[in-house]
Amino acid sequence: MSLHHHLTAPLIGNNPVTLQILGICSALAVTTTLSTAITMSVALTVVLCLSNGVISLMRHHIPPSIRLIIQITIVASIVIVIDQFMQAFMFEMSKRLSIFVGLIVTNCLVLGRAEAFAMRNPVLPSVVDGLGNGLGYSLVLLIVGALREFLGTGALMGVPLVTTAADGGWFQPLGLMQLAPSAFFILGLLVWLVRAMRPEQVEQPEFRLRTSEDRRP
Amino acid sequence: MSELLIKSIFQENLALAFFLGMCTFLAVSKRVDTAFGLGLAVIVVQAITVPVNYLIFNMLLLEGAWAWAGLPEVDLTFLKLVSFIGVIAAMVQILEMTLDRFVPRLYRALGIFLPLITVNCAILGGSLFMVERHYDFEESVVYGIGSGIGWALAIITFAAIRERLKYSDMPKGVEGLASAFIVTGLMSLGFSAFALVTP
Repeated sequence: MSLHHHLTAPLIGNNPVTLQILGICSALAVTTTLSTAITMSVALTVVLCLSNGVISLMRHHIPPSIRLIIQITIVASIVIVIDQFMQAFMFEMSKRLSIFVGLIVTNCLVLGRAEAFAMRNPVLPSVVDGLGNGLGYSLVLLIVGALREFLGTGALMGVPLVTTAADGGWFQPLGLMQLAPSAFFILGLLVWLVRAMRPEQVEQPEFRLRTSEDRRP
Repeated sequence: MSELLIKSIFQENLALAFFLGMCTFLAVSKRVDTAFGLGLAVIVVQAITVPVNYLIFNMLLLEGAWAWAGLPEVDLTFLKLVSFIGVIAAMVQILEMTLDRFVPRLYRALGIFLPLITVNCAILGGSLFMVERHYDFEESVVYGIGSGIGWALAIITFAAIRERLKYSDMPKGVEGLASAFIVTGLMSLGFSAFALVTP
Protein backbone atom coordinates (compact mmCIF):
# COMPACT_ATOMS: atom_id res chain seq x y z
CA MET A 1 0.00 0.00 0.00
CA SER A 2 1.76 3.11 -1.15
CA LEU A 3 1.18 6.63 0.10
CA HIS A 4 -0.21 7.46 -3.31
CA HIS A 5 -2.85 4.79 -2.86
CA HIS A 6 -3.93 6.21 0.52
CA LEU A 7 -4.29 9.62 -1.08
CA THR A 8 -6.21 8.73 -4.23
CA ALA A 9 -8.31 5.71 -3.23
CA PRO A 10 -10.83 7.70 -1.13
CA LEU A 11 -11.52 10.17 -3.95
CA ILE A 12 -13.97 8.06 -5.97
CA GLY A 13 -13.22 4.37 -5.48
CA ASN A 14 -13.62 4.38 -1.70
CA ASN A 15 -15.25 7.75 -1.18
CA PRO A 16 -16.17 8.35 2.47
CA VAL A 17 -19.56 9.86 1.70
CA THR A 18 -20.86 7.87 -1.26
CA LEU A 19 -19.46 4.44 -0.30
CA GLN A 20 -18.51 4.32 3.37
CA ILE A 21 -21.61 6.38 4.40
CA LEU A 22 -19.56 8.47 6.84
CA GLY A 23 -19.95 12.12 7.69
CA ILE A 24 -23.21 12.67 5.88
CA CYS A 25 -24.86 15.09 8.33
CA SER A 26 -22.54 17.96 7.59
CA ALA A 27 -22.22 17.01 3.92
CA LEU A 28 -25.89 17.85 3.53
CA ALA A 29 -26.34 20.72 5.92
CA VAL A 30 -23.62 23.14 4.83
CA THR A 31 -24.09 22.85 1.08
CA THR A 32 -26.65 25.58 0.42
CA THR A 33 -23.84 27.75 -0.95
CA LEU A 34 -20.43 26.94 -2.38
CA SER A 35 -18.55 29.17 0.06
CA THR A 36 -19.88 27.40 3.17
CA ALA A 37 -19.13 24.05 1.51
CA ILE A 38 -15.52 25.09 0.86
CA THR A 39 -15.02 26.36 4.42
CA MET A 40 -16.48 23.20 5.90
CA SER A 41 -14.33 21.03 3.60
CA VAL A 42 -11.15 22.81 4.64
CA ALA A 43 -12.09 22.65 8.33
CA LEU A 44 -12.87 18.94 8.17
CA THR A 45 -9.76 18.05 6.17
CA VAL A 46 -7.55 19.90 8.67
CA VAL A 47 -9.25 18.19 11.64
CA LEU A 48 -8.98 14.80 9.96
CA CYS A 49 -5.25 15.15 9.18
CA LEU A 50 -4.42 16.44 12.65
CA SER A 51 -6.52 13.89 14.54
CA ASN A 52 -5.21 11.00 12.46
CA GLY A 53 -1.66 12.21 13.03
CA VAL A 54 -2.03 12.72 16.79
CA ILE A 55 -3.90 9.46 17.37
CA SER A 56 -1.37 7.57 15.29
CA LEU A 57 1.46 9.09 17.34
CA MET A 58 -0.21 7.95 20.57
CA ARG A 59 -1.47 4.61 19.30
CA HIS A 60 0.92 2.48 21.39
CA HIS A 61 -0.01 4.31 24.58
CA ILE A 62 -3.81 4.24 24.31
CA PRO A 63 -5.38 1.43 26.40
CA PRO A 64 -7.89 -0.42 24.20
CA SER A 65 -10.69 -0.33 26.78
CA ILE A 66 -10.93 3.46 26.88
CA ARG A 67 -9.73 4.26 23.37
CA LEU A 68 -13.02 5.77 22.21
CA ILE A 69 -13.07 8.34 25.01
CA ILE A 70 -9.45 9.29 24.32
CA GLN A 71 -10.06 9.56 20.60
CA ILE A 72 -13.15 11.70 21.06
CA THR A 73 -11.31 13.99 23.50
CA ILE A 74 -8.45 14.48 21.04
CA VAL A 75 -10.87 15.22 18.21
CA ALA A 76 -12.88 17.60 20.41
CA SER A 77 -9.74 19.53 21.39
CA ILE A 78 -8.71 19.96 17.75
CA VAL A 79 -12.24 21.02 16.79
CA ILE A 80 -12.29 23.62 19.59
CA VAL A 81 -9.09 25.15 18.19
CA ILE A 82 -10.59 25.28 14.67
CA ASP A 83 -13.86 26.70 16.03
CA GLN A 84 -12.10 29.43 18.01
CA PHE A 85 -9.90 30.23 15.01
CA MET A 86 -12.94 30.66 12.79
CA GLN A 87 -14.74 32.83 15.35
CA ALA A 88 -11.67 35.05 15.59
CA PHE A 89 -10.79 35.43 11.92
CA MET A 90 -13.92 34.52 9.94
CA PHE A 91 -16.77 35.58 12.21
CA GLU A 92 -19.43 35.93 9.48
CA MET A 93 -18.66 32.47 8.14
CA SER A 94 -18.72 30.86 11.57
CA LYS A 95 -22.18 32.38 12.15
CA ARG A 96 -23.41 30.90 8.87
CA LEU A 97 -22.00 27.46 9.63
CA SER A 98 -23.72 27.74 13.04
CA ILE A 99 -23.35 24.53 15.03
CA PHE A 100 -21.91 22.44 12.24
CA VAL A 101 -18.26 23.20 12.95
CA GLY A 102 -18.79 21.95 16.51
CA LEU A 103 -20.50 18.88 15.14
CA ILE A 104 -17.25 17.78 13.47
CA VAL A 105 -16.61 16.19 16.89
CA THR A 106 -19.33 13.62 16.27
CA ASN A 107 -18.65 13.40 12.56
CA CYS A 108 -18.34 9.68 12.10
CA LEU A 109 -15.76 10.20 9.34
CA VAL A 110 -13.19 11.53 11.82
CA LEU A 111 -13.75 8.84 14.44
CA GLY A 112 -14.15 6.18 11.78
CA ARG A 113 -10.76 6.89 10.21
CA ALA A 114 -9.11 7.20 13.63
CA GLU A 115 -10.48 3.83 14.68
CA ALA A 116 -10.02 2.03 11.37
CA PHE A 117 -6.71 3.45 10.20
CA ALA A 118 -4.77 5.69 12.57
CA MET A 119 -4.85 3.20 15.45
CA ARG A 120 -2.93 0.66 13.37
CA ASN A 121 -0.63 2.64 11.11
CA PRO A 122 2.44 4.88 11.42
CA VAL A 123 2.13 8.63 11.42
CA LEU A 124 2.87 9.50 7.80
CA PRO A 125 0.40 7.07 6.16
CA SER A 126 -2.23 8.14 8.72
CA VAL A 127 -1.87 11.82 7.87
CA VAL A 128 -1.99 11.00 4.16
CA ASP A 129 -5.06 8.83 4.74
CA GLY A 130 -6.69 11.74 6.58
CA LEU A 131 -5.84 14.07 3.71
CA GLY A 132 -7.19 11.60 1.12
CA ASN A 133 -10.45 11.06 2.95
CA GLY A 134 -10.78 14.78 3.60
CA LEU A 135 -10.36 15.44 -0.11
CA GLY A 136 -12.89 12.73 -1.01
CA TYR A 137 -15.37 14.34 1.38
CA SER A 138 -14.57 17.80 0.01
CA LEU A 139 -15.14 16.62 -3.56
CA VAL A 140 -18.70 15.53 -2.72
CA LEU A 141 -19.36 18.73 -0.76
CA LEU A 142 -18.12 20.94 -3.58
CA ILE A 143 -20.24 19.16 -6.21
CA VAL A 144 -23.40 19.30 -4.09
CA GLY A 145 -22.70 22.88 -2.95
CA ALA A 146 -22.03 24.16 -6.46
CA LEU A 147 -25.16 22.50 -7.87
CA ARG A 148 -27.39 23.76 -5.07
CA GLU A 149 -26.11 27.32 -5.17
CA PHE A 150 -26.15 27.60 -8.97
CA LEU A 151 -29.58 26.04 -9.51
CA GLY A 152 -31.05 27.76 -6.46
CA THR A 153 -29.80 31.30 -7.01
CA GLY A 154 -28.06 31.42 -10.39
CA ALA A 155 -24.79 32.43 -8.74
CA LEU A 156 -21.56 30.77 -7.65
CA MET A 157 -19.64 32.02 -4.60
CA GLY A 158 -22.18 34.86 -4.51
CA VAL A 159 -21.19 36.03 -8.02
CA PRO A 160 -24.19 35.96 -10.38
CA LEU A 161 -23.43 33.89 -13.49
CA VAL A 162 -26.78 34.25 -15.27
CA THR A 163 -29.41 36.96 -15.00
CA THR A 164 -32.38 35.65 -13.06
CA ALA A 165 -35.98 36.10 -14.17
CA ALA A 166 -36.49 38.68 -11.43
CA ASP A 167 -33.86 40.90 -13.12
CA GLY A 168 -35.31 40.39 -16.60
CA GLY A 169 -33.20 37.39 -17.63
CA TRP A 170 -34.28 33.87 -18.62
CA PHE A 171 -33.11 31.91 -15.59
CA GLN A 172 -35.81 30.99 -13.09
CA PRO A 173 -34.09 30.05 -9.80
CA LEU A 174 -35.25 26.76 -8.37
CA GLY A 175 -36.17 27.67 -4.80
CA LEU A 176 -36.31 24.04 -3.74
CA MET A 177 -32.54 23.79 -4.18
CA GLN A 178 -32.03 26.04 -1.17
CA LEU A 179 -34.21 23.81 1.02
CA ALA A 180 -33.32 20.61 2.83
CA PRO A 181 -34.93 17.99 0.54
CA SER A 182 -32.84 18.90 -2.49
CA ALA A 183 -29.63 17.96 -0.66
CA PHE A 184 -30.94 14.43 -0.25
CA PHE A 185 -32.02 14.25 -3.90
CA ILE A 186 -28.69 15.50 -5.24
CA LEU A 187 -26.68 13.19 -3.02
CA GLY A 188 -28.93 10.27 -3.99
CA LEU A 189 -28.47 11.00 -7.69
CA LEU A 190 -24.72 11.40 -7.15
CA VAL A 191 -24.51 7.99 -5.49
CA TRP A 192 -26.48 6.56 -8.42
CA LEU A 193 -24.06 8.16 -10.88
CA VAL A 194 -20.99 6.80 -9.08
CA ARG A 195 -22.52 3.34 -8.88
CA ALA A 196 -23.54 3.40 -12.52
CA MET A 197 -19.88 4.02 -13.39
CA ARG A 198 -18.56 1.56 -10.79
CA PRO A 199 -21.06 -1.30 -10.55
CA GLU A 200 -18.88 -3.15 -8.03
CA GLN A 201 -19.94 -0.58 -5.39
CA VAL A 202 -23.59 -1.67 -5.47
CA GLU A 203 -24.38 -3.40 -2.19
CA GLN A 204 -25.75 -6.93 -2.50
CA PRO A 205 -29.42 -7.29 -1.53
CA GLU A 206 -30.14 -9.42 1.54
CA PHE A 207 -32.38 -11.68 -0.52
CA ARG A 208 -33.50 -11.91 -4.10
CA LEU A 209 -37.14 -11.81 -5.06
CA ARG A 210 -38.39 -14.68 -7.13
CA THR A 211 -39.89 -13.52 -10.35
CA SER A 212 -42.33 -15.43 -12.52
CA GLU A 213 -39.48 -16.36 -14.87
CA ASP A 214 -37.69 -18.21 -12.06
CA ARG A 215 -40.61 -20.48 -11.51
CA ARG A 216 -40.76 -21.63 -15.12
CA PRO A 217 -38.80 -24.83 -15.64
CA MET B 1 -44.34 25.64 25.34
CA SER B 2 -46.60 23.50 23.17
CA GLU B 3 -45.53 25.61 20.18
CA LEU B 4 -41.90 24.74 20.86
CA LEU B 5 -42.81 21.07 21.25
CA ILE B 6 -44.66 20.92 17.92
CA LYS B 7 -41.97 22.94 16.19
CA SER B 8 -39.17 20.69 17.41
CA ILE B 9 -41.05 17.56 16.35
CA PHE B 10 -42.19 18.64 12.90
CA GLN B 11 -40.89 21.85 11.33
CA GLU B 12 -37.42 21.68 12.83
CA ASN B 13 -37.09 17.92 12.77
CA LEU B 14 -33.46 17.17 13.60
CA ALA B 15 -33.11 14.41 11.03
CA LEU B 16 -35.07 15.78 8.10
CA ALA B 17 -34.54 19.54 8.37
CA PHE B 18 -31.05 19.70 9.92
CA PHE B 19 -29.61 16.40 8.71
CA LEU B 20 -28.46 15.43 12.19
CA GLY B 21 -27.77 11.82 13.06
CA MET B 22 -27.85 10.86 9.39
CA CYS B 23 -25.21 8.12 9.65
CA THR B 24 -27.18 6.16 12.25
CA PHE B 25 -30.39 7.12 10.48
CA LEU B 26 -29.24 5.34 7.32
CA ALA B 27 -27.43 2.48 9.05
CA VAL B 28 -30.05 1.34 11.58
CA SER B 29 -33.23 1.70 9.52
CA LYS B 30 -33.38 -1.62 7.75
CA ARG B 31 -36.04 -3.04 10.13
CA VAL B 32 -38.87 -1.31 11.98
CA ASP B 33 -38.27 -3.03 15.33
CA THR B 34 -34.60 -2.02 15.57
CA ALA B 35 -35.48 1.48 14.41
CA PHE B 36 -38.11 1.63 17.14
CA GLY B 37 -35.58 0.61 19.80
CA LEU B 38 -33.07 3.19 18.65
CA GLY B 39 -35.76 5.87 18.42
CA LEU B 40 -36.84 5.17 21.99
CA ALA B 41 -33.24 5.31 23.23
CA VAL B 42 -32.72 8.65 21.46
CA ILE B 43 -35.85 10.16 23.08
CA VAL B 44 -34.68 9.10 26.56
CA VAL B 45 -31.08 10.25 26.14
CA GLN B 46 -32.07 13.52 24.45
CA ALA B 47 -34.64 14.34 27.16
CA ILE B 48 -31.94 13.87 29.84
CA THR B 49 -28.85 15.36 28.20
CA VAL B 50 -30.29 18.65 26.90
CA PRO B 51 -31.46 19.86 30.35
CA VAL B 52 -28.30 18.52 32.05
CA ASN B 53 -26.12 20.28 29.49
CA TYR B 54 -28.19 23.42 30.07
CA LEU B 55 -27.40 23.30 33.78
CA ILE B 56 -23.70 22.62 33.17
CA PHE B 57 -23.40 25.35 30.58
CA ASN B 58 -25.17 27.99 32.66
CA MET B 59 -23.73 27.09 36.06
CA LEU B 60 -20.15 26.23 35.16
CA LEU B 61 -19.16 27.49 31.73
CA LEU B 62 -20.95 30.78 31.04
CA GLU B 63 -19.09 34.02 31.60
CA GLY B 64 -19.65 35.10 35.20
CA ALA B 65 -20.76 31.66 36.34
CA TRP B 66 -17.85 31.55 38.78
CA ALA B 67 -18.67 34.95 40.32
CA TRP B 68 -19.66 33.29 43.61
CA ALA B 69 -16.12 31.96 43.91
CA GLY B 70 -14.65 35.41 43.37
CA LEU B 71 -13.78 34.79 39.72
CA PRO B 72 -16.30 36.95 37.82
CA GLU B 73 -14.22 37.26 34.64
CA VAL B 74 -13.71 33.54 34.02
CA ASP B 75 -15.30 32.54 30.68
CA LEU B 76 -15.16 28.84 29.96
CA THR B 77 -17.57 28.73 27.03
CA PHE B 78 -14.83 27.38 24.76
CA LEU B 79 -14.97 24.16 26.79
CA LYS B 80 -18.57 23.58 25.77
CA LEU B 81 -17.83 20.93 23.13
CA VAL B 82 -15.63 18.79 25.36
CA SER B 83 -17.94 19.05 28.36
CA PHE B 84 -21.09 18.33 26.32
CA ILE B 85 -19.61 15.24 24.72
CA GLY B 86 -18.34 14.13 28.13
CA VAL B 87 -21.78 14.62 29.66
CA ILE B 88 -23.41 12.70 26.83
CA ALA B 89 -20.97 9.79 27.11
CA ALA B 90 -21.36 9.72 30.90
CA MET B 91 -25.18 9.96 30.74
CA VAL B 92 -25.33 7.09 28.25
CA GLN B 93 -23.10 5.01 30.51
CA ILE B 94 -25.20 5.78 33.61
CA LEU B 95 -28.43 5.09 31.76
CA GLU B 96 -26.99 1.77 30.59
CA MET B 97 -26.07 0.74 34.14
CA THR B 98 -29.39 1.92 35.65
CA LEU B 99 -31.42 0.08 33.05
CA ASP B 100 -29.31 -3.04 33.51
CA ARG B 101 -29.93 -2.93 37.26
CA PHE B 102 -33.62 -2.00 37.43
CA VAL B 103 -35.25 -2.74 34.06
CA PRO B 104 -33.27 -5.61 32.55
CA ARG B 105 -35.88 -6.26 29.87
CA LEU B 106 -35.66 -2.73 28.53
CA TYR B 107 -31.88 -2.95 28.80
CA ARG B 108 -31.80 -6.03 26.63
CA ALA B 109 -34.00 -4.33 24.06
CA LEU B 110 -32.05 -1.05 23.97
CA GLY B 111 -28.64 -2.35 25.01
CA ILE B 112 -26.90 -2.47 21.67
CA PHE B 113 -28.17 0.98 20.65
CA LEU B 114 -27.01 2.92 23.67
CA PRO B 115 -23.29 3.04 22.75
CA LEU B 116 -24.25 4.15 19.23
CA ILE B 117 -25.95 7.19 20.70
CA THR B 118 -22.76 8.73 22.07
CA VAL B 119 -21.55 9.47 18.57
CA ASN B 120 -24.98 10.37 17.21
CA CYS B 121 -24.74 14.00 16.19
CA ALA B 122 -28.47 14.54 16.83
CA ILE B 123 -27.74 14.38 20.56
CA LEU B 124 -24.80 16.79 20.51
CA GLY B 125 -26.65 18.94 17.96
CA GLY B 126 -29.66 19.23 20.28
CA SER B 127 -27.46 20.56 23.08
CA LEU B 128 -25.63 22.96 20.77
CA PHE B 129 -28.92 24.32 19.40
CA MET B 130 -30.12 24.80 22.98
CA VAL B 131 -27.08 27.04 23.61
CA GLU B 132 -27.29 28.86 20.30
CA ARG B 133 -30.98 29.68 20.70
CA HIS B 134 -30.69 30.71 24.38
CA TYR B 135 -33.43 28.45 25.69
CA ASP B 136 -34.26 28.69 29.39
CA PHE B 137 -34.47 25.60 31.58
CA GLU B 138 -38.12 24.72 30.91
CA GLU B 139 -37.67 25.28 27.19
CA SER B 140 -34.61 23.06 27.17
CA VAL B 141 -36.61 20.23 28.78
CA VAL B 142 -39.38 20.62 26.20
CA TYR B 143 -36.90 20.95 23.34
CA GLY B 144 -35.03 17.83 24.46
CA ILE B 145 -38.19 15.74 24.53
CA GLY B 146 -39.60 17.22 21.31
CA SER B 147 -36.47 16.88 19.24
CA GLY B 148 -36.03 13.30 20.46
CA ILE B 149 -39.59 12.42 19.47
CA GLY B 150 -39.09 14.08 16.08
CA TRP B 151 -35.96 12.07 15.36
CA ALA B 152 -37.59 8.82 16.49
CA LEU B 153 -40.66 9.54 14.36
CA ALA B 154 -38.47 10.11 11.31
CA ILE B 155 -36.40 6.94 11.69
CA ILE B 156 -39.39 4.68 12.43
CA THR B 157 -41.30 6.00 9.40
CA PHE B 158 -38.22 5.70 7.23
CA ALA B 159 -37.61 2.10 8.35
CA ALA B 160 -41.22 1.22 7.57
CA ILE B 161 -40.86 2.65 4.06
CA ARG B 162 -37.52 0.93 3.60
CA GLU B 163 -38.94 -2.48 4.49
CA ARG B 164 -41.39 -2.09 1.64
CA LEU B 165 -38.70 -0.82 -0.73
CA LYS B 166 -37.06 -4.25 -0.75
CA TYR B 167 -39.91 -5.51 -2.90
CA SER B 168 -39.61 -2.80 -5.53
CA ASP B 169 -37.84 -3.22 -8.81
CA MET B 170 -35.26 -0.45 -9.07
CA PRO B 171 -32.31 0.13 -11.41
CA LYS B 172 -29.17 -1.55 -10.09
CA GLY B 173 -27.32 1.62 -9.03
CA VAL B 174 -30.30 3.05 -7.15
CA GLU B 175 -30.77 0.06 -4.88
CA GLY B 176 -29.60 0.60 -1.34
CA LEU B 177 -27.96 3.91 -0.52
CA ALA B 178 -29.19 6.04 -3.44
CA SER B 179 -32.81 4.99 -2.93
CA ALA B 180 -32.45 5.67 0.80
CA PHE B 181 -31.33 9.24 0.08
CA ILE B 182 -34.11 9.89 -2.39
CA VAL B 183 -36.77 8.50 -0.04
CA THR B 184 -35.40 10.62 2.81
CA GLY B 185 -35.59 13.62 0.49
CA LEU B 186 -39.25 12.91 -0.21
CA MET B 187 -39.92 12.49 3.52
CA SER B 188 -38.18 15.77 4.21
CA LEU B 189 -40.38 17.40 1.58
CA GLY B 190 -43.41 15.89 3.32
CA PHE B 191 -42.30 17.10 6.73
CA SER B 192 -41.84 20.65 5.45
CA ALA B 193 -45.58 20.59 4.76
CA PHE B 194 -46.03 20.45 8.55
CA ALA B 195 -44.87 24.08 8.62
CA LEU B 196 -48.48 25.16 8.95
CA VAL B 197 -49.22 22.93 11.94
CA THR B 198 -49.97 25.04 15.02
CA PRO B 199 -51.10 23.87 18.45
